Amino acid sequence: MDLYQELILDHAKHPEHAGLREPFDAQTHHVNTTCGDEVTLRVRVAGDTVQDVSYDSLGCSISVASASVLAEQVIGHSVADSLQTYDAMHTMLTSKGQDPGDEEIIGDGVAFSGVSKYPARVKCALLPWAAYTDALAQAGVDISSVTSTSGV
Amino acid sequence: MNGFDVETVRQDFPILSRTVRDGRPLVYLDSGATSQKPRAVLDAERDFYEQHNAAAHRGAHQLAEEATEAFEGARATVAGFIGAQPGEVVFTKSATEALNLVAYAFSNVAVVAADADAPDALGIPGADPAVTARFRIGPGDEILTTVMEHHANLVPWQELARRTGATLRWIEVTGDGELDLTGIDELLTERTKVVAFAHVSNVLGTINPVRELVAKARAVGALTVLDACQSVPHLPVDFGSLGVDFMAFSGHKMLGPYGVGVLAGRRELLDAMPPFLYGGSMIELVRMEGSTYAAPPQRFEAGVPNESQAVGLAAACDYLSALGMHAVAAHDRSITQAVLDGLAERPWVRVLGPRSVEKRTGAVAFVIDGVHPHDVGQVLDDSGVAVRTGHHCAWPLHRASRITATTRASFGPYTTLGEVDAFLTALDRVPAIFGVAV
Repeated sequence: MDLYQELILDHAKHPEHAGLREPFDAQTHHVNTTCGDEVTLRVRVAGDTVQDVSYDSLGCSISVASASVLAEQVIGHSVADSLQTYDAMHTMLTSKGQDPGDEEIIGDGVAFSGVSKYPARVKCALLPWAAYTDALAQAGVDISSVTSTSGV
Repeated sequence: MNGFDVETVRQDFPILSRTVRDGRPLVYLDSGATSQKPRAVLDAERDFYEQHNAAAHRGAHQLAEEATEAFEGARATVAGFIGAQPGEVVFTKSATEALNLVAYAFSNVAVVAADADAPDALGIPGADPAVTARFRIGPGDEILTTVMEHHANLVPWQELARRTGATLRWIEVTGDGELDLTGIDELLTERTKVVAFAHVSNVLGTINPVRELVAKARAVGALTVLDACQSVPHLPVDFGSLGVDFMAFSGHKMLGPYGVGVLAGRRELLDAMPPFLYGGSMIELVRMEGSTYAAPPQRFEAGVPNESQAVGLAAACDYLSALGMHAVAAHDRSITQAVLDGLAERPWVRVLGPRSVEKRTGAVAFVIDGVHPHDVGQVLDDSGVAVRTGHHCAWPLHRASRITATTRASFGPYTTLGEVDAFLTALDRVPAIFGVAV
């Protein structure tokens, strides 16, 4: 199965930056209503930099691994870069298998390219990203540069 | 021994011969979500449209007569199938609508004046005020349901409580997935106006003790509402002898089409119940100053009815009757037993619900610790095995069991023991992929 790349399984088993930490500027809680998966996500922004993303993810391997990759890709990066990563992830995930993803931009996120062939799972991968952009907005960050609409 | 040959049955379901995911034979174990439909059902719908289509109960022409006859004939067939009178069968668009219909009857009675005048105020002047009064609910009154309900038999009652100031109470579930009736006499009291519960749990497969609950409800004068969505497709169900006041089920889970459900209600109660949806077909007299409403079941069937779907549902009833519901139930037990036996051999699988096959039907839900059900379902799907994963519209039950979600295999009269083997074989791929110790 091309869905379960080793990288995804590794992140799911050993999620990076997991757990809820202080300090944080905003916290969001997003739910996948079809399966009950939940993610609670906190964001800490200092100036233009994403200082920390911490989370508690209760879900399938795809959503847990996605939260892990998200944290890995955005912590220590500029807010603008993180939103560019989100856009690239979103474009790949909703491409129905057409977009293999750019490792330069999304790093381990390329492991999720197979997810785009399974429409029911795209939402799992996007769940933490939706929680992240929502948390940024609640923290007062201007996210209007995001070209993707949230959700699937 | 089965009373029918499963391979012969499968010939009647065109979809079962297709393949999925790069040529793998379809192993459809998601009949609890929706069953597949035999050709006889599809033919009945098509024949209605090709030969008899017209709006029932109106029009002075031959087709209108034929359409009315087909629709009312479907009602009689469905009634016969569940042991009710035709006048006790209301066609709705779904079981969900049927349950809302009863909840809104309570709601509509709650907003009118004194009991003696209630039927007049509700546009049903001929109704017995004493019976209509049984639908009156307000602060101090209670609605009793259970933790194992499908959202369709929970949320309408939560909202009824919210609108009327009544209190919602619920029966908990034991570790074996049965209703915990130890405190039932404190839960079911003179304050209880309605008891709403599932005949068979859509997750656990548990068969609930209907007669026991009905007896207790009757003793305190509470009305009973049975969600029979998961029992009517699998077991012989007799509305009359179960003794419930109302019973709801859906067509598409019992080999019938989408877009049709049934509310069966004791005639005495339907007569005294106000309508839920208003408009054409359900009226008696309409004046600008106000209207009165037709006798049941038309009172509850506003608009041009879902005729082709009702006809299709009747064909599904005929199909199941020809198999024989006792044979269908026996087949279901043999499949359920095979699944329970197979899962018992896999210590990394934890099955929910009663251990005994005598106490359950239709479905087996399970968890694999360390692997999310979504991932289990995905691996099964990769082998062509279709199951449901998630909370199955029974979120409180999952919360009570302290699990996020489950994987559920559910069955129909076309499910084979070979498919059970295919399911178990596919399941054996899961531990290796996700690093679960076996």
